[in-house]
Amino acid sequence: MEQPIIQISHLGKEFQTTEGKVRALGDINLEICQGEIFGIIGLSGAGKSTLVRCINFLEVPTEGEVLFEGRSLGKMSPQELRSTRQSMGMIFQQFNLLAQRSVLRNVCFPLELVKTPKAESRARAMELLKTVGLEDKAAAYPAQLSGGQKQRVAIARALATNPKVILCDEATSALDPNTTKSILGLLKEINRNLGVTVIVITHEMAVIEAICDRVAIIDQSHIAEVGKVSEIFSEPKSKIGRQLILGDAARQVKFGNSRQIRIIFDGRESTEPVISNMVLACKTAVNIMYAQTRDVGGIAMGQMIVQLPDDEAEANRALHYLETVKIPYEEVSEHDI
Amino acid sequence: MTFDAATIQMLKTGIWETFYMVFLSSLFAYVIGLPLGIVLVTTDNDGIHPMPVLQKVLGTVINLLRSVPFLILLFIVLPLSKMVIGTRIGSPAMVIPLTIAAGPYVARVVESSLREIDGGVIEAAKSMGASDWQIIWKVLLPECRPSLLVGGALAVTTILSYSAMAGFVGGGGVGAIAINYGYYRYEAGLMWVSVVLLVVMVQIIQEAGMRMSRKGDKRIR
Repeated sequence: MEQPIIQISHLGKEFQTTEGKVRALGDINLEICQGEIFGIIGLSGAGKSTLVRCINFLEVPTEGEVLFEGRSLGKMSPQELRSTRQSMGMIFQQFNLLAQRSVLRNVCFPLELVKTPKAESRARAMELLKTVGLEDKAAAYPAQLSGGQKQRVAIARALATNPKVILCDEATSALDPNTTKSILGLLKEINRNLGVTVIVITHEMAVIEAICDRVAIIDQSHIAEVGKVSEIFSEPKSKIGRQLILGDAARQVKFGNSRQIRIIFDGRESTEPVISNMVLACKTAVNIMYAQTRDVGGIAMGQMIVQLPDDEAEANRALHYLETVKIPYEEVSEHDI
Repeated sequence: MTFDAATIQMLKTGIWETFYMVFLSSLFAYVIGLPLGIVLVTTDNDGIHPMPVLQKVLGTVINLLRSVPFLILLFIVLPLSKMVIGTRIGSPAMVIPLTIAAGPYVARVVESSLREIDGGVIEAAKSMGASDWQIIWKVLLPECRPSLLVGGALAVTTILSYSAMAGFVGGGGVGAIAINYGYYRYEAGLMWVSVVLLVVMVQIIQEAGMRMSRKGDKRIR
């Protein structure tokens, strides 16, 4: 479990454009463990798509190294690199299926590349279509499928060569919420049943919370923070982390100039009516601006944005109360919004 | 104008010569143009195997050849036909200038078809460990098949119209009949018959290309 399958060290990527050099990534250091679901989240333009392409060398980094099972991709011959890529499946936002091939032949495609006998690859493809629940669509063409079905075919195709890692580049961003849920469920199932390490690139915190064990937050070409999803959820250290976790909450209407805090419930105190007790104990009123419960790695975690009383003394009393009952909170400042 | 047996026989021969010229020069034009079109796309800066210098040189040569008017190219190339085939008149002699004129055209037609492919699909193939050759044979060409067939109809009809011009230099074919009878002898009737024959041929080629393209295209539900 703790064995790193992919190590990224001091990785950097610069693009040469007509307006000079553009730095897409700088000094990225990450270790991705065997069997985990690792998330990489960032806003668009943060460099996450470039990062995932550096992992299988679709983009060749300009600095640093990528090690797959201890071997540096940069030192491999083109043939070695291609066979390493067969150990890393990849799925895409736009699915990228071959439009002129049937579903079955799409799944056979990676096997065809390694010259697997036809009968054998067909049998394997049917087995995979069963795994993703599309065995009845084997003869259909991609144009006849819905988005979710296309992504299932893409997942089956990515699994064909028995990869150790699957890279998901915004794999659910083109799908509706229900389909997203089922695709994420499928990825989790594959991770659990086949032991495939999954790397998920996304701009949606909900995706990270739903399936990831650990997450790296990437901002302006650099890693802002890395850690367990539950830890980052309850205690984001970086500004971008706070923004991503606050999500909608940060965009709530703000009344007056009084201070706002974000209270985090990590499932342990769920039986205790914290806010009511605080109001009773401090004899002061607070305004609940936003509240939400999420399932983070199987634990129900909640967050609430509370507006403190205008009076400084009353506000401090409320904060002091939270400290004594050991409820984590943090002040939400203007720059988070 | 009378349609006696001799006239009909002449028209039959003309149709056969046109078919002969168009078929062979289309074939050779694709033998040359298809690989060139593939090279133009794959060696481009955003292609699967960037070779910018080769791409630029090749593009320039193709543009040069394409900018020579066909009638002039005919005169320039016919001595070559004499050397290779032994004669500068008749349909076989025309195949060489037609091929030289159409090859670069076909390369551009193929290029524009291949550029229609979605870059994501190529990226997906790369991510699965496909080599450049595998991408060309298993992704680029099959995925662009419908567009290549439409381009094929375009190229063959262009070669047909070139072949009609070959009539001016003794190339035979339906075009030669139109020129010899209609232009030199003022026999408008026979000229119009030839023109109609050419129009029908263009229609057949165009329709066949479009049908094949549509029939094989799996993007249509």
